[in-house]
Amino acid sequence: MNLWDAHPGLPPQHIKSGLHRRDFMKVITLAAASVGLTSSAAMRIAEAAFKGMKPSVIWLHFQECTGCTESLLRTAHPALSELILDLVSLDYHETLFAAAGYQAEAALKSAMAQNAGKYVCIVEGAIPTKDGGIYCKIGGRTAMDILQDVAGKAGAVIAIGSCASWGGVPSADPNPTGATGAPQLLPGKTVVTIPGCPANPYNLLGVVLQYATLGTLPALDSQGRPLFAYTRTIHEDCPRRAHFDAGRFAERFGDEGHRQGYCLYKIGCKGPETHANCSLQGFGEVGSWPIGIGHPCFGCTEQKLAFRVPLHQTVKIDRPMPPDTYPPIHADHNHISPLATGLAGVAGGALLTAGYLASKKIGASPATPDDTPGARLPAQGE
Amino acid sequence: MDIHRRSLLKGLATAGAAGAAAVTTGGLALASPERRKAPADAVGMLYDATRCIGCKTCVVACREANGLAPERSGDGLYDAPQDLSGSTKNIIKLYRDGNDSSYMKTQCMHCIDPACAAACMLGALQKREFGIVSWDGSRCVGCRYCQTACPFNIPKFEWSSANPKIVKCEMCRHLLAKGGIPACVRVCPAQAVIFGTRDELLAEAKRRIAESPGTYVPRVYGEEDGGGTQVLYLAHVDFEKLGLPKLGPEPPPNMARTVQHSIYKGFVAPVALYAVLGAVLLRNRRHPPEEAQEERS
Amino acid sequence: MTSHAQPIGGAIFTRPFRALSVIFGLAVLLILWRFAAGIGPVTGLSDGYPWGIWIAFDVVTGTALACGGYAVAILVYILNKGRYHPMVRPAILTSALGYTIAGLSLAVDVGRPWNFWKVPLFFWQWNLDSILLEVALCVTTYIVVLWIELSPAFLEPWRDSPVMPLRRAARTVTPILDRALLWFIALGMLLPTMHQSSIGGLMMLTAGKVDPLWQTPVLPLLFLVSCVGMGYAAVVFESALSATFFGRKPEKRMLAALSGAVIPVLLAYVVIRLGDIIIRGQLGRLFAFDGLSLLAIAELLMFLVPALVLLARRGRMDAGSLFRTAIVMMLAGTLYRFDTFLVAYNPGPGWAYFPAVPEMVITFGLVALEIMAYLVIVKRFPILAGGEVTAAAGGVK
Repeated sequence: MNLWDAHPGLPPQHIKSGLHRRDFMKVITLAAASVGLTSSAAMRIAEAAFKGMKPSVIWLHFQECTGCTESLLRTAHPALSELILDLVSLDYHETLFAAAGYQAEAALKSAMAQNAGKYVCIVEGAIPTKDGGIYCKIGGRTAMDILQDVAGKAGAVIAIGSCASWGGVPSADPNPTGATGAPQLLPGKTVVTIPGCPANPYNLLGVVLQYATLGTLPALDSQGRPLFAYTRTIHEDCPRRAHFDAGRFAERFGDEGHRQGYCLYKIGCKGPETHANCSLQGFGEVGSWPIGIGHPCFGCTEQKLAFRVPLHQTVKIDRPMPPDTYPPIHADHNHISPLATGLAGVAGGALLTAGYLASKKIGASPATPDDTPGARLPAQGE
Repeated sequence: MDIHRRSLLKGLATAGAAGAAAVTTGGLALASPERRKAPADAVGMLYDATRCIGCKTCVVACREANGLAPERSGDGLYDAPQDLSGSTKNIIKLYRDGNDSSYMKTQCMHCIDPACAAACMLGALQKREFGIVSWDGSRCVGCRYCQTACPFNIPKFEWSSANPKIVKCEMCRHLLAKGGIPACVRVCPAQAVIFGTRDELLAEAKRRIAESPGTYVPRVYGEEDGGGTQVLYLAHVDFEKLGLPKLGPEPPPNMARTVQHSIYKGFVAPVALYAVLGAVLLRNRRHPPEEAQEERS
Repeated sequence: MTSHAQPIGGAIFTRPFRALSVIFGLAVLLILWRFAAGIGPVTGLSDGYPWGIWIAFDVVTGTALACGGYAVAILVYILNKGRYHPMVRPAILTSALGYTIAGLSLAVDVGRPWNFWKVPLFFWQWNLDSILLEVALCVTTYIVVLWIELSPAFLEPWRDSPVMPLRRAARTVTPILDRALLWFIALGMLLPTMHQSSIGGLMMLTAGKVDPLWQTPVLPLLFLVSCVGMGYAAVVFESALSATFFGRKPEKRMLAALSGAVIPVLLAYVVIRLGDIIIRGQLGRLFAFDGLSLLAIAELLMFLVPALVLLARRGRMDAGSLFRTAIVMMLAGTLYRFDTFLVAYNPGPGWAYFPAVPEMVITFGLVALEIMAYLVIVKRFPILAGGEVTAAAGGVK
């Protein structure tokens, strides 16, 4: 039975943007599913959205390329703008705002005042810390100050993208600006991190919707990453895994293996050590992702890999799994060393020869007529 | 040496030989020790090779449940053991001959009368609760007689360790103790290997053969082989092709037991022999031989 | 108990002794490596072949070759042939050393030697089904008995030793030993009967993995009979060799007589082995002329031919020929044991065994140790008969 029958209170059509109810439900269901929420939770999200109980979202931009916002904008089904207007109240976003300058600053201040302790603070981009943080200033204030101010009064803080999660590209060696992630500057505060370069927009959506509907944040790992997206590695769920298990690899870009879509491990895929859900939840509404188009994963979510380990350097497999081949009923365990057989032959020959020579010497000892045991030979010269 | 003594020696030797032969064969002619029965609480596993899809999840689950290190392939990419070993207690092998093929799950058979337990000097390997054969390191000397004795070549040794263990499937005793089931059984997606009491499994195996006679070789391996095992097999190819040896219904320890016990029963024979030797020595001491007397004079 | 045995004296650190000690030194280093790195890196052993030359040679063959004491004791004490009495001490010495070295080899071979001491002591854990347990207990006891049987050779010179505690100990113990020795000698004949046959019995548990030409319920009997033969052969070997190389005349009549004692033993082995093969229906297998059948035939011939040669000509053979015949007999028994434990043992396709270089060096080193110990003891203690009888202990030259 469908949602409308179960909830006769819901109108047949969503009002504000004219979003057809089918599309609306698709979005809700997709977002809820990506968080691992059940369909009943999806219904609650829909109800909350309909009743206009939209959480306030304040989105901060610091040392970023705006790629995470852009990837959010590239969702097209429906247009994200409609989604953001209908499901959340986006009260401050430097990229999407029509306003600028003092007007934008005023909007920020009023949103913070109105929703203090309840708004969701989303941070995009790293925060420079060197030299007092002067390398990123907005409206005369350093990024560090803005972060402490806005995140300090937020109900929930989400760091989107690797830059906000742990420093990202700006933090690559030699890191001249001292770029850091938001969690490191907000000790003691629970910061949800959604690393990725860009982050997968649906991961963000799932967290925000859960917070909007249930008021809770999803289970997080020790780095603040939601478990629903970052527990498993790319390698574990990769569609090309069968090629890896069978030993079919692309060795160089453009070779036969590459054209056949074989595993990209040997040209540097960091999938085995990268926690992310890109293989399951693609980008750009068409499920595209790096490995899918033939480029090895470079571990964009992982601080130890991205912008640190060369793109085409292979990683070690920490948890090896069985391959696609089988041992025979009787495996070959042979390992006899020719040196050993040689030595044994030499030793055996030497001993037999020694025995024979000794026997000759024994035979040569003259027998005396007095055959009592142990009679001495006359002066054999010892 | 003159003819007298030579024939005496010869006679003694032959008599001794004949006597010993008589004792041994006589001992064998005596009723062989009876074949032991499975314990009342015997549990086991039934592996149906026709249902196995070769996914090897059981291999991974066994590793994790037992804390065993993977055996990396040469390129380091895979966990690819080629056989059971000091870090592999369960393995899936493949039999292939032209179009004929079958997977084969290999692990300890948990025999009803295990050769390994009969071999072990201090009983480090023993049948314990549920008839599970398991190893106790505090009693093991590392003599590896169990490896020589096992007809299935199951017990493996940690050859490159300064503190080597004997390693083999112990049916996840530690999980059974908490009310669980063996890890390999728990994860099998095709239910190719199932767990239960030996009686249940035997009945189920026979039921399957009766229901689809064309599918299986019409017998359950382990029902009587080697005196019976608690791990049972069903397959559609000859069991020997899967590496299971041809064993009669007599458990391997029985031959050795017969000879050993018929000679040493109650320790009578050694004590008797000792008494005879002592008596002869005493008698000879009182009557030193002429040659010795010559020597002394 | 008087004896005509004398320490033969002479320098200990001769060139051969130094060469032997180099081999032994190398072996010690390899043994240390074995304990640090595990048995695998040092040997060619594997899960298919868990027993190699350390068992098949050092223990199984080594103890059989060390059955000289047992064999001569039967002659002297049971058959009351007093004229062989001078052979007893050297034979017991070789036995004691041989069994002790076998024990050392076991200590190196066994994977968890820190539990070794539990075998003789933890009687409540004994598995009475285990033939290996019987072998272990019997061999351990026998080593003790052998050294006790040999102890008069040490007590005699110590009776006049300048070192007071040694002198007192020797003078107190000797009369006790004189009375009790008989019971130890009897034990020294009971124990090898038990464990040498049980060593053969070990392979009865591996039914199916040993070729039918060797796998038989009469394995214990065959091992017992062949070890008696090897014992006599070893005594002939040792006495001829030591006599010549210590500048004494080999006692040809004695050697011939000892060799003669072996004849019925060798023939008995051939009869039993062949009879067993026929009764079990394996005669066809014997003449299959593949590798294993040729080895079985070789074993039988190596037992039979010396027996026939000795029967026909031992009166006319010189010491050298008798020595060579003894070697053949020792090799026959050795081959039989190697075949039973290693060559005819087949765990299945895919497994092969050949000893690795360090494994062989350790064996050579332990044998070298045995020879060195033998040299030291015969030079400093009254073991070998012959030479002028002097008042002072410590040898002649």
